[in-house]
Amino acid sequence: MTEAFIEVAIIFVKVVVLGFILFSLPLPLTWLERKIAGHIQVRLGPFRVGPHGVLQPFADMVKMLFKEDVIPEQADRLLFRFAPIVSMVPIFMVFVAIPFGESWTIPYINKEVTLYVADMNVGLLYILAISGVAVYGIILGGWASNSKYALLGGLRSSAQMISYEVALTFACIGVVMLASSLNLIDIVRAQTGGVTNWNVFYLPVGPVWFVIFFIAGLAEINRIPFDLPEDEGTLAAGFHVEYSGIRFAYFMLAEYIAMVSMSVLAVILFFGGWDDPTGLGWLPPIVWFLLKVGFFVYLFMWIRFTLPRYRYDQLMTIGWKILIPLSLLNILVTGWMII
Amino acid sequence: MFEELLFIFFSATAIGSALGVVLMRNPVYCAVSLVVCLFQVAGLFMLLRSPFLAVVQVFIYVGAVMVLFLFAIMLLDMKQIRYERLFSARGWVPYAVVAGIAIEFVAVIYGGGMDALMKVGATKAVDVKTFGRVLFTEYLFPFEVISLLLLVAMVGAIVMVKRSRG
Repeated sequence: MTEAFIEVAIIFVKVVVLGFILFSLPLPLTWLERKIAGHIQVRLGPFRVGPHGVLQPFADMVKMLFKEDVIPEQADRLLFRFAPIVSMVPIFMVFVAIPFGESWTIPYINKEVTLYVADMNVGLLYILAISGVAVYGIILGGWASNSKYALLGGLRSSAQMISYEVALTFACIGVVMLASSLNLIDIVRAQTGGVTNWNVFYLPVGPVWFVIFFIAGLAEINRIPFDLPEDEGTLAAGFHVEYSGIRFAYFMLAEYIAMVSMSVLAVILFFGGWDDPTGLGWLPPIVWFLLKVGFFVYLFMWIRFTLPRYRYDQLMTIGWKILIPLSLLNILVTGWMII
Repeated sequence: MFEELLFIFFSATAIGSALGVVLMRNPVYCAVSLVVCLFQVAGLFMLLRSPFLAVVQVFIYVGAVMVLFLFAIMLLDMKQIRYERLFSARGWVPYAVVAGIAIEFVAVIYGGGMDALMKVGATKAVDVKTFGRVLFTEYLFPFEVISLLLLVAMVGAIVMVKRSRG
């Protein structure tokens, strides 16, 4: 009985710690994003609040919390309130299945705990499925606002999601074929033992998997160059044009956490997870993992301030006429290589 | 005990939200209600020890099919007047269809059509490997038939769109 109780307590603690980290993660990320934007565009970025503007996110948070919560007169009040939560919850649920390492022994009490909440044998599918649910927040938010810009944003988002989810999943199939498992821990274990074992260096198909995955991932989380649902130029701010205050903050929170989850997935699927590329073991695996994830988060921000946005027809052409046929071909080639 | 409670919760919510799909007037609310219903079915699959089916349920139905449904509903921009015309099937036809499906279900279940399926799962977790093997050996023919059916539907949809464009 006590054994089971301790297990349940450990899971509970893990979920609370993970939730706390995820909730506070957007604070440094917004600061970083604006700072990186500043330096890429040869200006300083936030500089006034605190040294180098590090307290800017807190100022923003206070602003968001005290801003008037506007609900448009003609909006569908129920769905309008519901939508930000729908976009946020699935992104948090994704992290239940993500492994951050093998296990860790708590000092002093010598209790070994695993660095994941749930070890699912369908982990990868679970993540792809649940992260796809988040799009409902955008669609319903866009519809409930009862504004044409928001509705167009929601429609764009649903079409974009459907198109790119296919390519994203097909890119993952190659990895699944190689590890012959849908379990993320098995996928990482199959890549241990040096850089050459990482899936991204499984020549010649590995780099192609990764490029397809990365492009489709950019589109899935609505980042530039695929942020058509919130295209400022033509849609004002797209699906969240009517949102203000804390509800707007929920959408932003979801977007940042989605970016982190996509980076984590890229690292686990293609860059060996917590595998040490030097093979010397002078840094603990979790540090390697976080370094790799950090690199991808930086890459997402770098791309955002480097590339222009695609037109909508270009978006559809890339998805359906380039990425999907390429990924099908890639699955075929991978099959030959494995046999 | 705990599982039974979960079962009752999932099924009650599934039935409630399914009723919502049929009874609510606003099509967007109907679609949201259907999403809720499909999630409950995923939960039921989980209770039947088939995490794969549960996840696929969410992936395909919630993640793709319902997004398309919502897309279509919003694109058609249905205002109050049109609801009536679309959703008023009078007379005996709908009742006959529902009754026919119900009789068919009862006949299949009591006629032993589900016996083989009932034996497979429910006692231990079905992992992806077993599932895939069974699908591509024992149930290969039904699998291929379904694939063909989907292909036909896809081609049909494209043909219809092409024709309407002239």
